[in-house]
Amino acid sequence: MSGAALAADGLSRSFGSLRVADQVSFELPVGARYALIGPNGAGKTTLINLLTGILHPDAGRVFLDGAEVTGLDPDRRVKRGLARTFQINQLFPALTPLEAVTLAVCERMGLAGDWRRRLTSCRAAIAEAAELLAALRLTEDCNRPTAELAYGRQRLLEIALALAAKPKVLLLDEPAAGVPAAESAELFEVIAGLPADIAVLFIEHDMHLVFRFATRIIVLAAGRVLAEGTPAEIAEDPQVREVYLGGSKIRV
Amino acid sequence: MSADPQTIDPQRLIAEPLRWRWGEVVFWLTLLLPYWLAPTYLSLASQIAIAALFALSLDLILGYAGIISLGHAAFFGVGAYTAAVLVLRAHWLEPFSGLVISGLAAAVLGWLTSFLIVRVSKLALLMVTLGVGVLLAEAANRLSWLTGGNDGLHEIDVWPLLGRFTFDLYGRTAFFYALAVLFLMFLGARRLIQSPFGLSLRGLRENMRRMPALGAPIRHRQRVIYTIAAFYAGVAGALLTQTTQSVALEAVSFQRSAEILIMLVLGGTGRLYGGIVGAILFLVARDQLADMNPQYWFFWLGGLLVLVVLFLPGGIVGSVDRFWRWIARRR
Repeated sequence: MSGAALAADGLSRSFGSLRVADQVSFELPVGARYALIGPNGAGKTTLINLLTGILHPDAGRVFLDGAEVTGLDPDRRVKRGLARTFQINQLFPALTPLEAVTLAVCERMGLAGDWRRRLTSCRAAIAEAAELLAALRLTEDCNRPTAELAYGRQRLLEIALALAAKPKVLLLDEPAAGVPAAESAELFEVIAGLPADIAVLFIEHDMHLVFRFATRIIVLAAGRVLAEGTPAEIAEDPQVREVYLGGSKIRV
Repeated sequence: MSADPQTIDPQRLIAEPLRWRWGEVVFWLTLLLPYWLAPTYLSLASQIAIAALFALSLDLILGYAGIISLGHAAFFGVGAYTAAVLVLRAHWLEPFSGLVISGLAAAVLGWLTSFLIVRVSKLALLMVTLGVGVLLAEAANRLSWLTGGNDGLHEIDVWPLLGRFTFDLYGRTAFFYALAVLFLMFLGARRLIQSPFGLSLRGLRENMRRMPALGAPIRHRQRVIYTIAAFYAGVAGALLTQTTQSVALEAVSFQRSAEILIMLVLGGTGRLYGGIVGAILFLVARDQLADMNPQYWFFWLGGLLVLVVLFLPGGIVGSVDRFWRWIARRR
């Protein structure tokens, strides 16, 4: 398992008789830009929940940077460099983006449990939050309550919160979900511009975006890895076409 | 309110909402007024200060960490009885240290029960807090050798404050004592909220699900704030014992848990001031309405509660806050 930033080894999970993850194995190398695709209900979000520790697998193991993290709580995995975003916004409606990202940076720096220090004395954390917001073009909106932000901006804030953890691995659960097509390309430009040493795995339904931004694609169907390969290989894979696209050829 | 990317000063933007406002200074000075304006109501004013401190305690967990409790009187009661037992059994008569010891006793119970609290949410959380409250109330009832049972404990006389101010019949000393303790503990809470820990509490309130994804050990955070809140409630209970020189089962009753929740919701959660405003409104209204027609007090209270929850989300303080922001925007 060495060399991979993130690796799943035989992850399985059932809800009752429904097998939502079935012997899922893959490796995400350092600096990867992988897409995770599959029809609705294929178990994509479940897989992310298994990787991040929100769900516990019935069997299988998760490795982060070569070390097993299967038994670790979600927050401990974040501390080890595994961050994620959510398909449905999980933001802090009444906090401003600046406050929210400052909180996230404080968490990473291990300051957020400190009740003796003043928040205003955490200058490095505040400055870093402001830089991160600027990098994601959120400066203009950084002092309004998050709830008032346009939806597309909120999606960017989702990513900003994950990046504040300075992750080695970033799992993006449909980052452009609900974002108008014009804006989603912009959003993926931001993702493409992330530091090269971050391994990124993103779930995305729009095949144009997938083929444009992914170097490799993992196809999930009914909880199993159906195929894995370069975009060209996946486009030609008859099994993928059968299960995922109802037989029609993927047009890129 | 959007900022120009060239000129934003993040340090200032973070500091701005945390600074003292003139309205706050005026508010606190106003709380001194009963001494001159309503000297016959000083004991009511003391009751209000104590309830306000208790509501502040509940605000720390409900308004900031999102933990709802129906049994918060458990901690109030432990503080109240500890303060009494300290005097009657241990002959510990110094009031300030008595408050601290009583608060710590409540904090120990808070810390112990916090392990249960963090395991549950929603309905189960209501039931666990309610259960702990009922359990404590029954324990206080049964342990009559310690608590006096139904008769309560009386003649709990502590030393004069700072060795000088005796607790007088008019309740002057009690009034300033209760108000001073409320103010000091408020400062402490305010300072807590202004810390990175305070920001993480607001994060918990706003979105408990997101916090672990930021790397936050949320259960630990909840245990810490629950313990701190229990300390606050214990001090409030001890204040009641010391200023009324007695303690009764009512201190640990379910009704007290329910009333404090009502006060906080009326005033508004998550703002520190909500509990104080709610306590003033609730206890003044009860005093006035019960004078007019004792039976109907709960009728009016129920109506008021429904109106506030329906039409003033964020309670009274939240609505005043929104009103000021609306004014500021129109300017």
